[in-house]
Amino acid sequence: MSLRVSVGGQWSMDAGLPSAAGQALADVAGRRVRELRLEAIDLGRWDTSLLVFLVRIVKAARARDISVDMELPDGLKRLVGMAFAVPAQEGAARARREEAFLAAVGGATLDMLPQLALFFRFIGEITASFKRLLSGRAQMRMQDFTDAIYESGVLALPIIALTSLLFGLILAFVGAVQLTRFGAQIYVAGLVGIGVLRVMGAVMVGIVMSGRVGASYAALIGSMQVNEEVDALSVAGISPVDFLVLPRVLALTLMTPLLTLYADVMGILGGYFVGVTMLDLNPAEYVNATMQMTSFRHMCIGLAYGTVFGVIISVAGCRQGITCGRSARAVGLATTAAVVHSIVGIIVATAILTVVFNVLEI
Amino acid sequence: MTTEPLLRARDLQLGYGEFVLMRHVGFDVRAGEIFFIMGGSGCGKSTLLRALMGLHPPQAGQIFYGKQDFWGGDEGARHGIMRRTGALFQGGALWSSMTLAENVSLVLEEYTGLSEGDIRDQASLKLALVGLAGFEEYYPSEISGGMRKRAGLARALALDPPMLFLDEPSAGLDPVSSRMLDDLVLELRDTLHTAFVIVSHELASIFAIADNSIFLDAGTRSITASGKPDDIVRDPKTEMSALNFLTRGGDRSVAA
Repeated sequence: MSLRVSVGGQWSMDAGLPSAAGQALADVAGRRVRELRLEAIDLGRWDTSLLVFLVRIVKAARARDISVDMELPDGLKRLVGMAFAVPAQEGAARARREEAFLAAVGGATLDMLPQLALFFRFIGEITASFKRLLSGRAQMRMQDFTDAIYESGVLALPIIALTSLLFGLILAFVGAVQLTRFGAQIYVAGLVGIGVLRVMGAVMVGIVMSGRVGASYAALIGSMQVNEEVDALSVAGISPVDFLVLPRVLALTLMTPLLTLYADVMGILGGYFVGVTMLDLNPAEYVNATMQMTSFRHMCIGLAYGTVFGVIISVAGCRQGITCGRSARAVGLATTAAVVHSIVGIIVATAILTVVFNVLEI
Repeated sequence: MTTEPLLRARDLQLGYGEFVLMRHVGFDVRAGEIFFIMGGSGCGKSTLLRALMGLHPPQAGQIFYGKQDFWGGDEGARHGIMRRTGALFQGGALWSSMTLAENVSLVLEEYTGLSEGDIRDQASLKLALVGLAGFEEYYPSEISGGMRKRAGLARALALDPPMLFLDEPSAGLDPVSSRMLDDLVLELRDTLHTAFVIVSHELASIFAIADNSIFLDAGTRSITASGKPDDIVRDPKTEMSALNFLTRGGDRSVAA
């Protein structure tokens, strides 16, 4: 049988499809229709809502091998034709992707081993680049190195001062609550001094630098990936690791222990402030107690932590940038991953180094 | 065409800070008109387009949409006008965290009361019109630059705006896709009376589909020719820079 569908009147996206449109689609799908005739009667203003309906009904007809005859205004007919002009490429269409939770966990687990291999490969590339630097063949610009020193070191001084000072204050307060009960408030000096010098100063610097510098490395190099700047370096015969990664890794590895030293001073100052103003300790007594209870060894251990953290943060940031995808979304993911990996790396490294130092009794 | 202009630019001065890029720019764009902005690199074509789109305020002069002063009114009114326009940016400017269908659907979800199914079909239709049927669930990073551009056009068409701004629409497209885009522009002009303001260097497109055009000259910092490209070429009074552009091809005219 032949089905005749007439379209007319006003068609507007704001009004949605008329109810009769649904009936017409149901007729094409349900009845024994052999031929579909589309025509326009008193067609007024229309927009693409009419086109959506016509494309739907033509698709439904074609799916059931129903022949379609269009007696429509030329422009409308041509637009319907354009909607079908480039057929979907075979195999191109894909369903909406909704991954099950277990499948996602499984996928992530299976992906861990290749990711680990890529990580070690990246470490290898940095090591090779460092070797080239020692032999004077690295394609690293001194200007990039000094810029990285300035950005990761000098510009970080205010935030490191603030966080470390407050951390020293907090540590002294928390310790004082317990120690004053035994009349041992003088030991606040030792608690703050040893705590900050030995590990907490370095950890504070590490966490601040993860958010401040690690994220910035990932975003900067990731954006360069998006703009094909990294590819341009490779094509020009310049190693992206030499040019982009090495100056940043060296700068941060150098600056983090120095910032740790600075954080140590600020942290001890915070403790001193609490000791002198809140615990009624004599300033000279507090300084003397700090010097007696801490040692040069504690400071060196803190610097060792700081150096390791510098390597972790710079490698995590640069690696996420270099392996970043080519979209704004990928840059966002790379930046997040850089911060997360840095902080997790810092905590794991702290745990390992603490055990090692304890075993070595230093 | 004798209808009231959809867009009127009057004595515009464009630039950045103290620097003046272009002055005394004025023209009308009517419903169902394909209007080209031409000129060599750095003459201010894209800056003019950004001023028309509401992204960069002119240093002086006025832009009217109908009777509304675009930059003279408050920000809310300006956003109301911007919602009734569509834009295709040079690189496509697709939102990378969304699929192509989601890119097209977003404004439909925001500004229409259409059902989920109707929005999906609208998005599929707009993608099919630009030759991207079947690519609804792809992310921008998974398709080529030319496809991204076409998807950007589909997004610009989402709400059937009465006015569309296209910045270098043919750049990066293969000849078949470029021709298809011209055909689509013509069909939308003829059927929906959509007005187009197009920045382009593509001479084939300019001569094939332009109803009206202006030529911006970086040397004089002003419009040195206007009208249908065929008429500009035939007019003996046409300035050399515009003539070179239209007869020798795009930016090379500057050196000619």
